[in-house]
Amino acid sequence: MERNEVLARVQDIFRDVLDDDEIVLSDATTADDIDEWDSLSHIQLIVAIEKAFKVKFTSKEILSWKNIGELIDCLMTRTA
Amino acid sequence: MKTFQELKRNCRKDVSALPTVKVALVGDTATQLLSTAIIGTGVDRGLRIDLFEAEYNQVEQQFLDPGSDLHAFGPELIIVFQSTHKWAEKHALGTNEQKTALADERLDFVRTICSLTPAKVIYLNYPEIDDTIFGSYANRVALSFTWQVRKFNYELMRLSQEIPNLFVCDLAALQNKFGRDMFFDASIYTGTEMILSLDSLPFVSARILDIICALKGKFKKCLILDLDNTVWGGVVGDDGLEGIQLGHGLGIGKAFTEFQMWVKKLKDRGIILCICSKNDEDKAKEPFEKHPDMVLRIKDIAVFMANWETKVDNIRSIQQILNIGFDSMVFLDDNPFERNIVREHIPDITVPELPDDPAEYLEYLYSLNLFETASYSSTDKDRTQQYQVEAKRSSYAKTFQDEAAFLKSLDMVSSVEGFTAFNTPRVAQLSQRSNQFNLRTVRYTEGEIEALSKNPDVIPLTFTLEDKFGDNGLICVIIMKRMDAESLFVDTWFMSCRVLKRGMENFTLNTMVAKAREKGCRRIVGEYLPTLKNGMVKDHYDRLGFTVLGGGRYELDTETYQEKECFIKTK
Repeated sequence: MERNEVLARVQDIFRDVLDDDEIVLSDATTADDIDEWDSLSHIQLIVAIEKAFKVKFTSKEILSWKNIGELIDCLMTRTA
Repeated sequence: MKTFQELKRNCRKDVSALPTVKVALVGDTATQLLSTAIIGTGVDRGLRIDLFEAEYNQVEQQFLDPGSDLHAFGPELIIVFQSTHKWAEKHALGTNEQKTALADERLDFVRTICSLTPAKVIYLNYPEIDDTIFGSYANRVALSFTWQVRKFNYELMRLSQEIPNLFVCDLAALQNKFGRDMFFDASIYTGTEMILSLDSLPFVSARILDIICALKGKFKKCLILDLDNTVWGGVVGDDGLEGIQLGHGLGIGKAFTEFQMWVKKLKDRGIILCICSKNDEDKAKEPFEKHPDMVLRIKDIAVFMANWETKVDNIRSIQQILNIGFDSMVFLDDNPFERNIVREHIPDITVPELPDDPAEYLEYLYSLNLFETASYSSTDKDRTQQYQVEAKRSSYAKTFQDEAAFLKSLDMVSSVEGFTAFNTPRVAQLSQRSNQFNLRTVRYTEGEIEALSKNPDVIPLTFTLEDKFGDNGLICVIIMKRMDAESLFVDTWFMSCRVLKRGMENFTLNTMVAKAREKGCRRIVGEYLPTLKNGMVKDHYDRLGFTVLGGGRYELDTETYQEKECFIKTK
């Protein structure tokens, strides 16, 4: 899967889980940019992404991403 | 089962019209998402859960400090979620003596917290973590974690028999059903302190709400069964008595036999069984009478409807005979078409989406936990028989022109008592079950009934009713509380709908007035609090000759009261 496709799918998941169709993700997006993205919805996002891409993140990975770009990078290595 | 995301969306619905329950949640791990799941599940059950969530890891402080936020909130129910994980930490750091005493110490703690609150405590028991320190040999070693967890869960059951406001929510059973790997997500836990996986949350909150609903009087009383391919394999009308699949011999008969065993256990527990089948009646009854591998027999069935009317009409007839709400009924049918029609026309009834393969019926039904209850009494098993007797009584009544002559011929006797150790479970149960003939719908647990029986300002009365057809057992309860020197307030008046139109109301009032006079009370004050279900007693006090005071209240002058006619004698 191409990187931009992965980003688009992750964006769909964000919109669905956070119930906000206006969310637009870029590599630079962080939790500060999206109101509904807090530590609780973060868990939901991770579980939803894990299910959608059929991957399992490690606890270290979950805590390590500083922005969407890093999350996508991580997903790219796992789905490659 | 809904997903967590769907439950979360529920929380945004307008619930202002729903009845409110004040619930507190205290736990030793992160419980925010569990809170959301509980509130969301409440919406689907028709309850607005006003939830107080204690700060993280404050179980001890919240209970032990009398000025805590928990006590100030004044919840009706407190959910206590102490996790196996945190307990395992304690186990790991303890000395051998401390390890061996772990369960006992925690049981003392549970006993203490229950004594510190008037609220009902819903305690989540402990799903096991097998740490394999001893392997299976842990079963021999008292200080092993496995030993302590199992001991705790077992002793907690005993404790809940003893402590009236303690209710165990069986989280361990839920983990047994779905498996530890579904229940617990190690990577999420490590980063967040969240012990329950997102996928498990809807099931956990459902089990908690099952208990809350049962305590609120919302539970299932009746199971209605289709026959062909539900109770046995095949179609009896086509395959004949010998051709249906049952027992270990033919085809997949074992699945149906085990299903019937489960149904029989429900009946023995007090669930009323009814049959609703499109069949000729004699053909439908034949297996119940003659098939050697049938577990269910005719005597197990309260109402048997086998004909060619629609199932919707037949279920409505069953409802009229039993006189219970559609929301307390479950209908099982293998045919998706019939299920949909019934759902469409009788929206309140529960119609599980049975799997296509009958081999899967039981495991699927186990996952639904349809028959949660907040009480159990050893007389529950007689309930089916009582409904069968009622059916006989109503056909006997049709042979009389005159109601008084009919009532007289029944030779009715009632025994009147206060609350005793013997009748307390039944009184509490009836207080939770009665919805229709219930003037104020106050629900009491066994512990509360016991406390009332010791209060000198309370006059409790219980009534049984027996006639030539059989004994209905305890069917009516009155709780009168002293308001002042000369007045009594009727806090509770409820009666089983099985004994409607028998003059029981008159007999009850005669007894109440006699009691009031004995206590030197000139006045009895009654009150009607309307609910969705108790419309039948809207004019109850009016009909009995009380004077309207306004605001739903009524009064009766016991000095001028004329004893009412009735055909019931005191036993």
